[in-house]
Amino acid sequence: MSLIDLSGYLLYAAFISYLVGTFLFAGAIKVKNDTAAARADKYGKIALVVTIIGFVAQLGYFITRWMYTGHAPVSNMFEFTTAFGMFIVLSFIVIYITYKVAALGVVALPIALLIIAYASMFPTEVSPLVPSLQSHWLTIHVTTAALGQSIFGISAVAGLIYLLRNVNMNERSKESFWLETVMFCCVLVVGFVVATVTFNAMDYEAKYEYVDTLDQVSTSTYLMPAVFGMNEYVELSEDRMTPLFELPALIDARKLTTVFWSVLFGTIIYLLIRLITRRKIATMFQPLVKRVNSTLMDEIAYRSILIAFPIFTLGALIFAMIWAQEAWGRFWGWDPKEVWALITWLFYAAFLHLRLSKGWEGRKSAWLTVIGFLIILFNLVVVNLVIAGLHSYA
Amino acid sequence: MNKLLCECGHENPEGTTLCQKCGSPLSAEEKSKKIADMRYEGSAIRSKTYNKSIIDKIWNFFSSVKVGITLIIINLIAASIGTILPQEFYISVATDAEKEKYYSDVYGWFGEIYYALGLSDLYSSLWFQLLVLMLGVSIIIASIDRGIPLHKSLKNQRVKRHTNFMKRQRIIGEGKPTETREQTLQLVEQSLKNLKYNVRREDSSILAERGRFSRYGAYINHVGLIVFLIGVMLHLVPGMYVDESMWLREGETRAVPGMDGYFLKNDKFILETYDNVPQGEQIKQGVNVVAKNFQTDVTLYKQKENSVPGQAENLEEVKQYGIQVNHPLKHEGYAFYQMDFRLNEIKTMVFDLTNKETEQSLGQISIDLTNPQEMYTLDNGAQVQLMGYYPDFSGFKEGVPQTATQTPNNPAFIFKMITPETPEGETSFVAIQQTLEPEGDNIYKMKFSNVETRHMSGLTIRYDRTIPILIVGGIIFMIGVAIGSYWNHRRIWVEQLADGTIRLAAHTNKNWFSMKKDLDALTKHAHLPQYVDQQEIENNEHVETEKDGKTL
Repeated sequence: MSLIDLSGYLLYAAFISYLVGTFLFAGAIKVKNDTAAARADKYGKIALVVTIIGFVAQLGYFITRWMYTGHAPVSNMFEFTTAFGMFIVLSFIVIYITYKVAALGVVALPIALLIIAYASMFPTEVSPLVPSLQSHWLTIHVTTAALGQSIFGISAVAGLIYLLRNVNMNERSKESFWLETVMFCCVLVVGFVVATVTFNAMDYEAKYEYVDTLDQVSTSTYLMPAVFGMNEYVELSEDRMTPLFELPALIDARKLTTVFWSVLFGTIIYLLIRLITRRKIATMFQPLVKRVNSTLMDEIAYRSILIAFPIFTLGALIFAMIWAQEAWGRFWGWDPKEVWALITWLFYAAFLHLRLSKGWEGRKSAWLTVIGFLIILFNLVVVNLVIAGLHSYA
Repeated sequence: MNKLLCECGHENPEGTTLCQKCGSPLSAEEKSKKIADMRYEGSAIRSKTYNKSIIDKIWNFFSSVKVGITLIIINLIAASIGTILPQEFYISVATDAEKEKYYSDVYGWFGEIYYALGLSDLYSSLWFQLLVLMLGVSIIIASIDRGIPLHKSLKNQRVKRHTNFMKRQRIIGEGKPTETREQTLQLVEQSLKNLKYNVRREDSSILAERGRFSRYGAYINHVGLIVFLIGVMLHLVPGMYVDESMWLREGETRAVPGMDGYFLKNDKFILETYDNVPQGEQIKQGVNVVAKNFQTDVTLYKQKENSVPGQAENLEEVKQYGIQVNHPLKHEGYAFYQMDFRLNEIKTMVFDLTNKETEQSLGQISIDLTNPQEMYTLDNGAQVQLMGYYPDFSGFKEGVPQTATQTPNNPAFIFKMITPETPEGETSFVAIQQTLEPEGDNIYKMKFSNVETRHMSGLTIRYDRTIPILIVGGIIFMIGVAIGSYWNHRRIWVEQLADGTIRLAAHTNKNWFSMKKDLDALTKHAHLPQYVDQQEIENNEHVETEKDGKTL
């Protein structure tokens, strides 16, 4: 068995451990009175052990892949996003050991699972490093930034639990609507995964020629049935679906098609869940968080941000500037990824000031932690895949 | 200025919310709160006291944290707008007209509006820089406005506090000690010292404090930010910042722009690629080879003193280096970066002066495209006059050949061939795969023989004297933000009343969870009555009443 195969199996093992861990944490909640002072019971201990086993397996994936490729596996969308998931689990383990609140696991682990599943939809082959990435700063900058982001992620986990605990889902309100929307977005990620896996299993591939924004002819390969066609497309593959709409060159119809299928699959899955359980997804989580101490959740959310802020500043801004100075001779270049790192930083700076001076605690603060994490995900997904720049790797 | 007189007899400056001596609430608003507002220790803030002159008004505006947060959010939104479309400096066209055309061609009407509004160069726009400047001013003023009063009140803390202060803390406890009455305060003192608190005692009152320095974290990081922003602004000062670029062909030696007296020679440009078998994403994107290394081997020279500036003579070798991406050549604060390259630029073109009929050559001429001669004389006396040279031939305009650029991408020539048979000379226009004979059929032609090419490196030269300032700013910021985030200021007040009752109050600026752990240890060790968290009680009551309201 080669290192790269071993690496793949270890990632599977980690994925399954996190899945099992989620259910064990859920089991730990039902039997105990979940307060800050209460010690985790047997279930909680087993859940923690399983999660740590999963983390060690994923660390094994990380190290073996590193040994195989010769560089830290954070150089493309699959590698970075997987590492991000790993750091979320690490941050969760540390916070759980400190605060012993099982509800954190019920939200944090599924988020890590979704992120790793999402990552696996991107090409997983090993590709050699282009000259600009050949630097030890790749390892230092990317891992520190990812660690900071994942601790911000834990604050969103605590924020979400706070909201699930305190928002009345039976009432029609803005809060209940948006909370359910957040849940729906999580299902959309599942939709993306299911759509990708389905069409992949069918070996679907269709090639088109099209005219791009600079009036040049290029080809595009669709891995999902083309609902939207590229500008002035010509079909190159036989027996494939003819696009229903043709879009102008400015819009990448192939990516839009992927979005379309993900939303379609996600919505169907969501509706099925609603039909079968006859409940909102947020409502299904509520029994699990019923006994959570709100004040403690609020504090965990705030403390996570306090822990993450210096790490994020160091990794995503300072180390980034040092590397940029070393590689391009300028520490700042207004590249979209840089700008969005700055936006993330400014957002959390605003959060800290709102909390310190305006006394924003509780719900307001919880919503901010969720919005902050959405900005981080935007920087990961949209900025990499849609907005072109120096950091587009997939 | 008016003074606020507290019940305890202490005179406080106007704007104070908690008496600086005993901690009693002073304002009506403060009195109505169940838990005291401990931000800035209730001290008077300049912006909340003066509001008269124009300076006061400006000061008040920028000192407001609300304004500060608004400025952060505005900066955030403005920065995000600049990422909707690529900024101008990422687009490889030169003139404004070309830029405008690019945005409208590629992005349609949206691109036109984006360009017209100046959003395509947002980060260099005056309004954006003003926004950043305003944020900087806000940071300075708000820090002074709040930092100084906070420092004063932290320095002048009394040990004994008023009942109203103690009872209005978030964590309170009151009751008889569960054991041994006499030693309680000693036990408290000892226990808190073990927990690494700074303990002060006056009569029957104790103030224990830990991590006070963390309160200064926010102000320290603001200082770091300001130093950093000053460093950034210094880029505009002449001489602080050099940003030049140069194209250097292999074998060429040229003066380094922005670095007087230095010359750089391009010894060789190296492009290496991986020999991996393309798979997956690489195939999908149609990339056949992945670059492994871009490198320019250079020699840096320095001109000896008393030489003619700009002339490549009297050179002394300084060092040889292979400039790679991520590995710039550094010398005396200057750094040379590998930024771009152009492969196989035509260096010389060789032609045969050939008789069209007999295919016999009268000899070869070799034209160095960087230094074309007007006249080339062959050994046998024949001559070729170079009447015109068009490095990047782009077609004819009114019968005259045109060149798009000065780069030899598509060289074209007008030759006059003077041979014994044609003493008057024959004119011929020669471009790649194209020959025109404007004066009718010629006897001779310039037959293309071969070409020599070479690579060209695009290098950037940077010199930044502000870097040390930026580093200092960054370090101060990181120290401040770490102090403010990873430490917290915990205080515990304990008082034993005449009847032996223990009254306790505790406050921390963050991390109540750990504060409670300290209190648990203290309570156990000194047999104190159980404390309560008033905010938790309040929250629970709030949730309960809300639920009742809904269900009933």
